[in-house]
Amino acid sequence: MYRYIWLVPLLPLAGAAINGLLGRKLRFSERLIGGIAVGSIALAFLITLASVYSYAFGSGAIWPNVYVTSQDGASYSWIPGGAVRFTQGGSARSMVAVQESAREEWAKRLAEMTPEERLRGGTISVLRGHNEEERASVLDVEWSYQLDALSSIFMLVVTGVGLCIFVFATGYMHGDPGFYRFFAYMGLFMFSMLVLVMGSNFLMMFVGWEGVGLCSYLLIGYYFDRPEAANASRKAFITNRVGDFGFALAIFGVIATFGTTQYTDVFGQAANFPLEPLGNWGILSWIALGLFVGACGKSAQLPLHVWLPDAMAGPTPVSALIHAATMVTAGLYMLTRTNVIFQHSQTMMTVVAVVGAATALFAATIGITQNDIKKVLAYSTVSQLGFMFMACGVGAFAIGIFHVMTHAFFKALMFLGAGSVIHGMHHEQDMRRMGGLRKYMPYTYLTFLAGWLAICGIIPFSGFWSKDEILWSAASTRYVPVGWIVWIVGTIAATCTAFYMTRLMAMTFWGKERFLDNQHDHAPGHEVHGADHETPTHHVHIPHESPPSMWVPLAVLAVLATIGGFVGISPAFTGGHHVGGRMNIVNFLDPIIWNPTTRFFGTHEVVDSFGRRPELVERHATTSVLTTEPVHAEPPPPYGHEGFNLAHTVESVVHKHWLTEVVFIIISLLVAGLGMALGWLFYVKKPGLPDIWAARLRPLYQASYNKYWVDEFFGWAVTRRTMDAARAVFAFDSKVIDGAVNGSAGLTRLASRVTGFTDRYFVDGLVNAIAAFVMRLMSPLFRAAQTGFTQNYALVMVLGLVLAVILFFGADITTAFKAMFATWF
Amino acid sequence: MKSLPILSIVTWLPTVGAIIILALFKKTQGTSIKKFATAWFGLAFVASLLLLAYNRGMGGMQFLEDCTWIPSIGARYQMGVDGTAVLLIVLTTLLGVIAALSSWKYIEKREKEYYILLLLLQTAVVGVFTSMDLFLFYLFFEVSLVPMYFLIGIWGGENRLYAAIKFFLYTLVGSVVMLLGVLKMYFLTQDLALTSQITQATKDMLAGNSEAVAMVARSVQVAADNGTGTFNILHMQALGSVIPMGTMQVLLFFAFALGFAIKVPMFPFHTWLPDAHVEAPTAGSVILAGILLKLGTYGFFRFNLPMFPAASADESFFGSFGVRSVMIFLAIVGIIYGALAAMYFVVKRDGDVKKLVAYSSVSSMGIVMLGLFSLNPNGVNGAVLHMINHGIYSAALFLLVGIIYERRHTRNVAEFGGLSHVMPGYAAIFLSMVMTAIGLPLLCVFISEFLALRGAFEANPYWAAWGALGIILNAGYMLWLYQRMFFGTIDNPKNETLTDLSSREWIYMTPLVIMSLWIGIYPKPFLEYIERPVNAVVRQIRPTYPIQGLPATVPPPERAAVTNEK
Repeated sequence: MYRYIWLVPLLPLAGAAINGLLGRKLRFSERLIGGIAVGSIALAFLITLASVYSYAFGSGAIWPNVYVTSQDGASYSWIPGGAVRFTQGGSARSMVAVQESAREEWAKRLAEMTPEERLRGGTISVLRGHNEEERASVLDVEWSYQLDALSSIFMLVVTGVGLCIFVFATGYMHGDPGFYRFFAYMGLFMFSMLVLVMGSNFLMMFVGWEGVGLCSYLLIGYYFDRPEAANASRKAFITNRVGDFGFALAIFGVIATFGTTQYTDVFGQAANFPLEPLGNWGILSWIALGLFVGACGKSAQLPLHVWLPDAMAGPTPVSALIHAATMVTAGLYMLTRTNVIFQHSQTMMTVVAVVGAATALFAATIGITQNDIKKVLAYSTVSQLGFMFMACGVGAFAIGIFHVMTHAFFKALMFLGAGSVIHGMHHEQDMRRMGGLRKYMPYTYLTFLAGWLAICGIIPFSGFWSKDEILWSAASTRYVPVGWIVWIVGTIAATCTAFYMTRLMAMTFWGKERFLDNQHDHAPGHEVHGADHETPTHHVHIPHESPPSMWVPLAVLAVLATIGGFVGISPAFTGGHHVGGRMNIVNFLDPIIWNPTTRFFGTHEVVDSFGRRPELVERHATTSVLTTEPVHAEPPPPYGHEGFNLAHTVESVVHKHWLTEVVFIIISLLVAGLGMALGWLFYVKKPGLPDIWAARLRPLYQASYNKYWVDEFFGWAVTRRTMDAARAVFAFDSKVIDGAVNGSAGLTRLASRVTGFTDRYFVDGLVNAIAAFVMRLMSPLFRAAQTGFTQNYALVMVLGLVLAVILFFGADITTAFKAMFATWF
Repeated sequence: MKSLPILSIVTWLPTVGAIIILALFKKTQGTSIKKFATAWFGLAFVASLLLLAYNRGMGGMQFLEDCTWIPSIGARYQMGVDGTAVLLIVLTTLLGVIAALSSWKYIEKREKEYYILLLLLQTAVVGVFTSMDLFLFYLFFEVSLVPMYFLIGIWGGENRLYAAIKFFLYTLVGSVVMLLGVLKMYFLTQDLALTSQITQATKDMLAGNSEAVAMVARSVQVAADNGTGTFNILHMQALGSVIPMGTMQVLLFFAFALGFAIKVPMFPFHTWLPDAHVEAPTAGSVILAGILLKLGTYGFFRFNLPMFPAASADESFFGSFGVRSVMIFLAIVGIIYGALAAMYFVVKRDGDVKKLVAYSSVSSMGIVMLGLFSLNPNGVNGAVLHMINHGIYSAALFLLVGIIYERRHTRNVAEFGGLSHVMPGYAAIFLSMVMTAIGLPLLCVFISEFLALRGAFEANPYWAAWGALGIILNAGYMLWLYQRMFFGTIDNPKNETLTDLSSREWIYMTPLVIMSLWIGIYPKPFLEYIERPVNAVVRQIRPTYPIQGLPATVPPPERAAVTNEK
């Protein structure tokens, strides 16, 4: 079944094409458009389910091997390139040569492999020659899809959550004149996103990457007659372009280093590169840096996060699908996909962890003071993405992906819930005019409750499992020296998260029904969002519950947000195992995660992911051995040294490995409780408190409320300066360069005038004198020549021309004639 | 020649059409003239499709034609095309049809002369691509100026005379300098001490197939018999491999380079371009951006690189930098400078859309030059493909600007806004072309920019970084332009009654959109056309560079130091 995965991206594309090209012309009804869109996604989801099942769990399962559609010929050569010379990485390669023994072993294993296995493993290009000129390969970028553990999860999330959101959107967008356009863009987005996560090489990831950027642009700017939507869409695209700049250079670096873009080839080679410890900038660190800049753009990490909150100008289903559940996690996909490269560079791992932690805290503190319900969720998304980056940075890539999944459930749920609220409140987004909605919108409230508990990290909701594991990984990491700082920052951010989410619940669903008041409170710096938002001062709308097409997807997502975390139960609860075999997401993802200690893919066995023998993998997937090992038998830290390790310190106090993790679990539950309690205190128990504290901490409040003035700073430092540069360049162009051109023309004119002057009074004078003499002498002859017939003049001209030709080319013509005569006579 | 002289037919067919119009139509028959001319352009396009039968597996110069022309100076009427020229010719003839179609309403005076000039222009341009004789090439190259001069000068905007004269003189200056280089090369072909060093392997590689090799040998033989030099381009290219690196080769390089650089146009020789574009009628802009600029880059590809291989690869002639460094520097400056200058026209409240597109061409041509001078197969492949792609999208953007100009008689950005409401089809096409221009994957420009920058990265990562920076700026102004024209509400009452694209406009816009998608999704056939000629050029410059299916030629000893850089 998994052989048909190429259908998965194609179906949404077909749906989008039908809706987009014919929807307006043939005046499709909403029902038809919605049917085509939802149907195509549903079909894609079913195929994905069947494919993943047959790939990983069915009788013919080939997990953990990689399946690439080109094995079955379902691919085509997209960009056939010429030869590529490896210009980079030459020194790194010669360092690889030092590890000759490892290579010999590899060569031996290669010889043992069957041809099919070798095919799956791609070409082992590391065995190429050392001579610079020999190190060339033919770069032929193919268009084929890859199915492995990572793409399986992303495909499931994208199509599954996508399906819920599509169904929701048919209700939410009801009555919109651009219904067909909306679903065409959404389908195009699904196609791009699926290409992004299913492509088998870097170039295809880039295709999807830019494609989702385009769709994001189109969908943020969906209400294009609102200036803030138009500006936000442009800002999103250009900020992402800055990220893409890094990504593109990284791809060039990959090509120059490995001579290919195919994942299997690149990672197989990269695994044999030497590690680059902290402060060591080898080629892989540079590539990782480029990739990370790209990931920062797409996943809204500091300082490229500025576009995401503005992106909320798009319709709410778009915010849920693109700006919470799928597109913004593309950066995580990229990081995990290229984890071999990142794990080679301890520097970049540290950077990822620190940027992630900083973003998590930064965005969480902004979330506390925002009043627009979607803005709060947007900053929450940025913050949660920070958590995921944090996980990758401390080496827990599988946990990062786990959080991507749970976050997709609960954040999509909350965005759709917010959409339902906005819909029910007649396009009111300001939480200060909500309150007490629980009575009016029971389904929305109940489902939102699940999302709230999940994001706060309350056991057993999904968010708990993933977030707790992230914090634990940070505390116990041996990859980066700053794990303990990351843990502290992450814990504070988690507290803030619980606080602002409780605030959101309280302001929206609990307490007084403020929309009944004719006058609403004016908080400092209050602004009305959007021109056409209805203000309650004119007339009071009573909120209503949304139709089933909207709350049914909410219910589905609520269930997922509640139980979705059980696929990654923490080993602390199960006696130190990641239980469930490959049903456990951590075990499932294991084969694609490189291990810098053993220098092979997968945590346990000394086999390479791309050459591994299935039976070995089978064994390790069912019985996890990682955490059962006693602590003192742990291998040395991957990069040779490690800084202060919080988990080790705690462990030296409590003396039990599992107990250490329990301690951290308790801490994270406590901080979640603390945040929720504070939120309850501030916004339910004593609603006067926020204003008091805002006044007391005025500078902090202002900073948070104004998003730390990052937008203003970029506006001043980048946008304004670029515009200045444009003005300066144009001024230079028209004044200096064109000035020079016109100046030289003027100079020529001047020269000609001077010449003319001399001509007229000097030369002409002479000529006239002579002419007068000659005239008198020859006038009869000249009079005869002035016939007035054009033909005669033409004759003279032709004669002159002939004369000129003879004068200029006389010698040549003579030679030619000579040659001619020589041949003839 | 025994077989059908396809190249001559494709080249001269438009002239025949021009003569027919001249002879058979009256001035007053505007409607029938434009219909006839369009049909004739269509005929030329169909004829040029025959060239697609070019044997991609064999490569080299094909469809050869050779007859005596001016024996006294050794100039012969030699024609032949390689894959790059085939694509450029087909692009030319396609844009010819489109340009004719787009002029139906735009041109209201002197239709007869207009279409005659358009047809003559096509002959001149196609002739540039088909000539295998430098003298013939130069002739076409120069003659192409004349119809364009009149197109701008007669049917242009308010400031047309200034623009036309500037265009003419500027390009003429370059050509005159180039003429000196042409003459010097001609005299060098008579230098036996040099020509005797040319190896047969070099000739084989450059000519690409036995027929072309035979043609070169024939020209050389005839020249020797007559005691003249030869203008055969392949022979001159082969000669380049033995010209010793030194002041003379560098001077020759710059003599040719100036002529082509003005045509490209490269920074700082670009200021004629915005003026010419702004004043030119839409069809003029289409041909100018789509084809005439390519004459410059094509010239670099056809002449500068293979004829002066040592100079092209030189990085140390002026001490710390060399000829190549200069070209790369100008290319990179052009990319960023052009993008920033283009941005000025959206930063400005009332910028001229056409000027913006014109400056974006400067930026785009910088990418081509960067790709060419990265001197590896990827970069040059990308550069050549980018010539085609730029011909597609910049032509489309000029057409789109022309469409709105026909309706509103202004190109001022401030006059527009919210056009999506009244012209959804126009907005969609415009968006697709904006996205093409900023290099969105699965659209044509992505492929060529990717290849060109990849090649540049292979040569030097910093070059690629600068080039990629320009692409960010590209996205900046293009999206801003789109926003200002199409987003928001209609605040100008004059725009409320605008009509969407007419069927004629759909007919000529659609092929460009299709081409953009086709090259973006499946560029393989196009790359197959240009691959072998490109490989030959790169091999000529770098005898040991790893190229697929092309064995390393042994470098002559005096050039070894240059090619083994790093």
